[in-house]
Parts: sequence; C-alpha cells; structure tokens
Amino acid sequence: MRIGLFVTCLTDTLFPETGKATVTLLERLGHQVEFPRTQSCCGQMHFNTGYRREAAPMVRGFAAAFDGYEAIVTPSASCAAMVREYHPVLAEGDAALAKQVAEIAPRVHDLATLLTDVLGVTDVGAYFPHRVTYHPTCHSLRMMHVGDAPYRLLRGVRGLELVDLPDAETCCGFGGTFAIKNPDVSAAMCADKVAAIRQSRAEVVAAGDNSCLMHIGGALSRMRTGVRPMHLAEILASADGDGA
Amino acid sequence: MTGSMPTYVGMPAFPAAAKTAVADSQLRRNLTHATTAIRTKRAKAVGELGDWEDLRQAAKAIKDHVLANLETYLLRLEENVTKAGGHVHWARDAAEANAIVTGLVEQAGAGKVVKVKSMATQETGLNEALAKSGISAIETDLAELIVQLGDDWPSHILVPAIHKNRAEIGELFRRKMPDAPPGLSDDPAQLAAAARAHLRNEFLAATVGISGANFAVADTGSLVVVESEGNGRMCLTLPRTLISVVGVEKILPSWRDLEVFLALLPRSSTAERMNPYTTIWSGVTPGDGPEDFHLVLLDNGRTDALADRTGRQALRCIRCSACLNVCPVYERAGGHAYGSPYPGPIGAILSPQLRGVGSPVDASLPFASSLCGACYEVCPVAINIPEALVHLRAKAVENHRHYPERTVFKLSGYVLASAARLAAAQRVASLSRHVAGRKGRIRRLPPPLSAWTDTRDAPAPPPESFRAWWTRTRGNGG
Repeated sequence: MRIGLFVTCLTDTLFPETGKATVTLLERLGHQVEFPRTQSCCGQMHFNTGYRREAAPMVRGFAAAFDGYEAIVTPSASCAAMVREYHPVLAEGDAALAKQVAEIAPRVHDLATLLTDVLGVTDVGAYFPHRVTYHPTCHSLRMMHVGDAPYRLLRGVRGLELVDLPDAETCCGFGGTFAIKNPDVSAAMCADKVAAIRQSRAEVVAAGDNSCLMHIGGALSRMRTGVRPMHLAEILASADGDGA
Repeated sequence: MTGSMPTYVGMPAFPAAAKTAVADSQLRRNLTHATTAIRTKRAKAVGELGDWEDLRQAAKAIKDHVLANLETYLLRLEENVTKAGGHVHWARDAAEANAIVTGLVEQAGAGKVVKVKSMATQETGLNEALAKSGISAIETDLAELIVQLGDDWPSHILVPAIHKNRAEIGELFRRKMPDAPPGLSDDPAQLAAAARAHLRNEFLAATVGISGANFAVADTGSLVVVESEGNGRMCLTLPRTLISVVGVEKILPSWRDLEVFLALLPRSSTAERMNPYTTIWSGVTPGDGPEDFHLVLLDNGRTDALADRTGRQALRCIRCSACLNVCPVYERAGGHAYGSPYPGPIGAILSPQLRGVGSPVDASLPFASSLCGACYEVCPVAINIPEALVHLRAKAVENHRHYPERTVFKLSGYVLASAARLAAAQRVASLSRHVAGRKGRIRRLPPPLSAWTDTRDAPAPPPESFRAWWTRTRGNGG
C-alpha cells in the first residue's frame, strides 16, 4: 500500500528517530512510504489554545499535502484525532475545503491501528529484549479509540516483557499548553504518572505519542530514574542486530 | 442574560488557586481517597447495564429536544403547576430569585428555613441573601451542614465536604455544633447520629422548606428530588410552605422521559442502582404535605448559554458529579480552585457561560483542563466537555487581549503553516542544541517556558530534523 507519512511538527523537529522508525517498519512490512514535503503541522496546539484563526491555514496546508493518499499514517494519535475531529470544524464555511477535508480525514490513522486494523498485522517481526510498560495516551484511548491495538503489537515483539502500568489510563498531565498554563497541576499529575511507572519496574515506558513522552520523559530524566521513554514505533522497528 | 454567583467573587485565577491546593498534602490524600473509591464503584454500577450507551443517547436526545423547545415546555410546566395549586415565579438572575424567595419567606412570617441540598440556591447565594434580611437558612444535607458549620465552601457537587476527612469533621462538630453529644468521636456512625439528632429539631420546628429539583415534568407539573439521606423528604413534606428554586433547563416533557434519567443519575452519581429517597410532588394536596407551594424558575445566564451552539450542551447536565470523580485535574486541584459551586470539568464549561468571563477565575476556567476526555467518557448525558472547553478557549482568546501570548501564537502559526518556514526554524533550533546540558536534555529555559523546566527537562533539538534526513537520504521525491 502507498502510505503518506504525516510525521507531525513535534516529531519532525525534536524526535526524528520516531519518524525514521515508522518508515523502517512500514517498508519492512512491504509498503511504500511517502513523505509529502509540503506538510507542516495539524494546528492542534493553536486550535486547542483558542487560536482558531491561526490554525485555519494549517488545515488548508494539510489537505493540500495529503490529498489523494489512500492511507495516511502519523506517529501521534493526538494529531490524528485533531485531523479527524476538528479539521472538519475548522473547514466549515469553505465548501471546497470542507469537501476535501471530509475525504482525507477518515484516511488518517495512528500507527498502531494502521498496523492492526488497516494492514492486519500484530507481529511486525520486531525484537526488543527489554522490560516495557505502556502508557495509553488520552487521545489514543478516548478520541482515536485504539483499544488494545498497541498491547497486541507489543505482545508480538520477541524478547519484550510487557509489564502492567498502575492507573494506566490516567492522564500524564501534558495537555499541550496546559503544561505551561497550569504548571503545578500538570507537574502533580506527571509526578503520579512517574510513580506508577517506577512501580511497574519497567526499563522503558512506551507510548504512541511523543508529546506525552516528552512530558513524562522530562520528569523521568529530571528525577534521574533511569527509565527510558520510547515511542511505540521505535520498539516495533527494532530488529535482531540493532543492539537495542 | 448573564447571571451572577455572588458567593465566590474575588477568587484568583485557577492556576494560582490550584497551586495552593496541590501543595496541601492532606487535601490531596482526602480527594484521591474519595474520588478513587467512587470512580471504581461507578464503573461497576454502570457496567451492570447492557444498554448504558442507549440510555445515554436517549437522555441526550431528550435534553436537546427540551432545550430546542424550551419556551413550549416552560409554559406547559407553568400551566400544570398552577393547575395543581402551586404558584410559579420567574427570575431572570440571582438577585431576582433571592428577592422572590426572601419575600415569600417573609410573607410566611418565618425567621428560619430548612433547606434541601440545592445547586441552584448555591448558585444564587440564597443563604447569604436571606441572612441579610435576618432569616437563617439551615442546610440539612449532611455534607452541606458540614460546609455550613465550618463557614466553608462546597468543593464537590454531590459531596460538598469531600475535601474534609472524618477527623476534620469530628473536630468541627465538637467545636461548632451546639448540641453535639459529649465525647463525640470521629466514627462516621457517631458523626451521622449527632447530625441526625441536631437536624431533627430543626425539621420539626420549620415552617418553610426550600429546595431545588433534579427534574421538573412539564406534562404533570411534577417536581422530582433525588436524595440519599431522607433529609430532603423531611424538608419537602413537613413545613407548611415549600419554595423550590429550579433552573429552566431542568424540564423533562413527560413521565416516560423521567424513567431514562432515574436509571442514569443514581448510578452516575452515587454508584447506586437506585437512590434511597425519591420525592415527587405536583402542586399541593390538601391534608398531605405543604399547603403552599412556590416554584421559582431561574434563568441566571442559562438563556445566554442556550444561544451558543457548542456551549449549550452544558445545559444537559444533571449534576451527577461523575466528571468530577474521574477528572485528574479536579483530583489534584480540589473543588475550591474552580471558584464556583460548580467545580470540575462541568464547572469549567458551565461557570464561564453562566457568569461570563469578566473575572480572572472565569477567564481561566476553560484552560483548567488537560483535555484528557475522561469526563466526556463518563457523562450520562454525553456532554462533550473537551469540545466545549476548546470552544470557550477560542471565545476567551477573542475577548481578551493577552498581547505577549497572542504574538507568540501568531508567529508560531506563521512558521508552522509553511513547510519551508518550519524547515528554516528547525535549522535554527538545531544550532541551539549546543546549549543543552546533560545527555541532550535542557534543564532550564526562560519564561514562560520555565514553567516547563521548573519540574521537567526539555529535549534538546537533534542535529538533523526528520525532514532534513529524508531529503539527505531520499532526495526531493515523495
């Protein structure tokens, strides 16, 4: 399948390894991955903070970049949800754009459900000999409804020991600009998430979104826990001989 | 018209109030303990029903229908309450509602009233208004009594004293309850017995009862109060005069509709299959219960909210508190930080709509959420709270001129809307990695990003963005 990669501005700028891993993984599974070079950002940060006017050009840009793709994958369930739920809202009042968005939005998938539901694989041939716990990010759970797809994928990884995360479904406290606008509550939520991760005794905490991982990872590093945050894509792309 | 809630004027913005709450370890313990327990019980009670989602969608449809035809149903309710021997009054705002109630209490010649737990009268600040006319209002719900004795504010819709543990309540009763039995301990059964004895005298002496209502059935002019303690039943049946203050959005068309809500409300709020006491009355019945019944229908900002296509869904709320109990922000910030009788996620969308966003706390409420969506998931009337929050944030940005923030978002919007500009910014960011500390982590950033690095490291930009890598390894194709 010819798949368009929406890498997201955050992963593009700060976590390129996740983007590379997504490409490696999908190519290993025999798919053709393309990176439409005019892509930039889905506009979620602006939209969620109330800056709709500023987000509108990004909706237009996204539609132009990804028009015509059968499937679009992104290593962020949150950005996928932004496109699916809120791009139609932002396109209201522009009939041509609204039509384009209506065609594109349902083809946008987060990586986990693209693999399990669209491509129909749970064993992606990965090898990752570490103790891993998984944080189900809020938008993957409650907006993209990924269900147990990430767990099925992780269970398919050879060598990987999947351990339970207490109170897994509680938000880590990132929330985009919430982390800056309400730093005390955000940090308190993150502290509880970090405590749960330590309780799991995992070496690696995995998630399907680098924004939440940046938040959790920032606290893990500040507290010198030695626990490594890692995007699901990077685990699934790992193979024998990677020295992971 | 825009309403008012006089009780909480002068509250600081949410982040400032929450900062204090987050640092209060006793409060954090009390809240975590209470919300975790009720969360688990609710999930179990809801899980028992196979058609929960259907009930939820039915409730949403009924409420939306009522809101779309509010005028019809309000007039029908008025007609049927009047036919049944009640009197209907209309209050545009809190001040009007309080004046009507005060006048009615004075007419009845009472210096004291007993109250059923009521969100509408918390909202209007009725107790304070009555006190100004020399009338004392006795809260008879146990948790409301605790709040009243402690000169405190409610911090939860269903459990207003959720921020207090039993040791704190025992101490309060011994200090402030005049007829507390000597040697009263912190044992919950003993505390409840003390409150019961204390309140019994008030019930028997009262000539005026004041309540809200969970539902008002238009077809029959019936009011419904759902409760757990039986204090409501006392207030609704013993006094000669009964005054009910009810928001205009509380209407249900018919008895058939009530069925749906009586299945949803107890399971969502107290995690019970059915609550212990449900009192329903239509006007007055000679020789049985109050002889004089007054219904005060309250707007107080509700018609403003109704005019907002996205925001109006908040008016579906049945005050169950499920959203508070699952909210990670509420659990850590506590109810007082929301500066309103309506705390938690529903408060964050309801208060700014009812009161407007003139005060610092109201302007900050739409931002008091990580948008995790746990509230929407449990809401029995399917209020999409995250959607409403984001909508209200856009309104707040339109109304408030926060120039530094606006500049940042305009500039970042300009950069992010173009791949070329983003790539240029990435090259600049990449150079900044040289200032990063230990293992590519940044430990300190200037304000406002210091709010991040105060507690969390930030990632240093990598030498090469994904986009640059793609171009280098795959050329310009794709």
